[in-house]
Amino acid sequence: MWSYILKRIVQSVGVILGVTLITFLALHMGGDPTYLYVSERASAEEIAATRATLGFDRPLHVQYLSFLGGLVRGDLGNSLSYRTPALQVVLERFPATLELTLFAMLIAILFSIPLGVVSSLKRGTPVDGSIMMVAMFGQSIPSFWLGIMLILFVGLGLGWLPISGHVPILAPLFQGDLATAWANFPRAVPYLVMPAVSISLFSLSRNARLVRSSMLEVLSQDYVRTARAKGIPPYGVVVRHALRNAWMPVVTMLGLEFGFLLSGVVVVETIFSWPGVGRLVFNAINQRDIPLVQAAVILFSLLFVGLNLLVDLLYARLDPRVRLG
Amino acid sequence: MSRESNLTPVQAEGVAVHTPGVPTVGGRGSRRSTLRRAWRSLLRAKWPLLALFILMLVGLAAVIGPSVAPKDPNRQDIIARLQRPFEAERSGEVEFILGTDSLGRDVLSRVIYGARISLLVGFIAVAIGGSLGVALGIIAGYFGGRVDSLIMRVGDIQLAFPFILLAIMFLVVLGPGVVNLVLILGIGQWVTYARIARAQTISQREKEYVEAARALGATTGRILFRSILPNILAPLIVIASFNIASVILSEAALSFLGLGVPPTVPTWGGMLAESRDQLLAGRWWLAIFPGTAIMLTVLSFNILGDWLRDFLDPRLQGVG
Repeated sequence: MWSYILKRIVQSVGVILGVTLITFLALHMGGDPTYLYVSERASAEEIAATRATLGFDRPLHVQYLSFLGGLVRGDLGNSLSYRTPALQVVLERFPATLELTLFAMLIAILFSIPLGVVSSLKRGTPVDGSIMMVAMFGQSIPSFWLGIMLILFVGLGLGWLPISGHVPILAPLFQGDLATAWANFPRAVPYLVMPAVSISLFSLSRNARLVRSSMLEVLSQDYVRTARAKGIPPYGVVVRHALRNAWMPVVTMLGLEFGFLLSGVVVVETIFSWPGVGRLVFNAINQRDIPLVQAAVILFSLLFVGLNLLVDLLYARLDPRVRLG
Repeated sequence: MSRESNLTPVQAEGVAVHTPGVPTVGGRGSRRSTLRRAWRSLLRAKWPLLALFILMLVGLAAVIGPSVAPKDPNRQDIIARLQRPFEAERSGEVEFILGTDSLGRDVLSRVIYGARISLLVGFIAVAIGGSLGVALGIIAGYFGGRVDSLIMRVGDIQLAFPFILLAIMFLVVLGPGVVNLVLILGIGQWVTYARIARAQTISQREKEYVEAARALGATTGRILFRSILPNILAPLIVIASFNIASVILSEAALSFLGLGVPPTVPTWGGMLAESRDQLLAGRWWLAIFPGTAIMLTVLSFNILGDWLRDFLDPRLQGVG
């Protein structure tokens, strides 16, 4: 168990080094990054001076090491458009993005598990067929298009939900203001629904299919048959015996899921004018604010790697075969 | 187990499993009968047939688009801007079947031209990612040892972070463009292929026919790509079908962000991006048609992939 944990941690550190190396190199692939920081009319002396100030005149490996050193101190350089530390700008927007991602994940889990279970129990019937067909559609609709459609029909057409706006929940919570966070919660939900649905539909559909195939596998196992033969009611068999084992692969997916959802955030936030990291990145793309994009990519990757590590460790805890193997 | 936690969605659904003994596509001799069986199975299952039909239409639009599109997709007509679909001219004729955008460009023609970029990027990126991944996977699986762990560790690293974000970063730095887009999307796909090709190669490398080839003095390259490759193709083809779908989705998202091809080239993702400004005014047709085109294309590839998986591996029928 311990050697497994250690191995996974070492692996994760390796991955993080890989991520930072790639993000670092990306900045240099477009040529001398100094030109991003100076105005178009800058003289040769000014450019040279800026290059020296920012350290771009040093050998690449030295720059990478100082980049890593900066990362450890939480310093990823200044944003070109905000003129303040890039990481700080990203972190300020992060609570809004986290709210959206968590809400999307909640929707994905709440719907995919029952849909998958029902589908597997009704295998081969029209119920199964239609759930799987809907799931197939769900995996084929671009999240941003779904967002646009929801705005058009649910927001503008029916007028049921607001098409933009945001009431913060996590930002006050992180500042220790529990009362505000709690009070804001019911007001925040209507704004969350449409963007969260847009982001989660893909995951929801994929997970429903995953739960179904995982359930089908488990339902054909001997212990399920034994449980049925013992006279345990169908509900008990499903919940106590089958689901407990069937949801292992689903747990594994959740870590990856978070990453997918985070990626979906970039486009969907833009559509709903959500004040999170996604829209920030979108604007940074348009202004070629590379340090800001870099900071967001690194933050998201760290989260992603950390979460996957956590899921694997959780998995090891849940599954004795991993713990002992 | 950590390996398992990094499974891609399709693998996790069980595509990667391949039953030995089931005829493989590209297998020796039986190619024609396999095709006949495939056709019969397609006729029986209705959805895949419909999917194939849609994809043929999209393919046609991509290839002969210029001769069937009613207008030049970039011709602006300020007088005819923002016309609704099927809106008749004063003469009573409908000039723009799917309406026009804010610059007066014909939506139908742009949707037809858009097929080209989506399919082109989808196929080329999958071809790049597929050949790179299969080559590395076969090498890793056949030789094992250090080569194997090096290749697979690099793959682990790549899978460990959200790919689309990386693609965004590279495209911001390198600048948008078809070549950059295809390269980045292609390189993003290799790991999936490498993992499956590796696993399959490991299961094949001790088989008699490989040994026979070796005994006959075949070169390593010949063994890898002439003996082993045809026998492990089936699951890879299934993956490729799903993969094209997801690459097309990524391309649409990147084009939507303005990171795809130059704005003068009509793309479905780009059209959706332009439709945003007209959303509040209720100009629904600007968003519905390109979006439907993306959805139908992606859906068709997914349905076809599902059918292919069942066809190539009947054991998995109905699972996943």
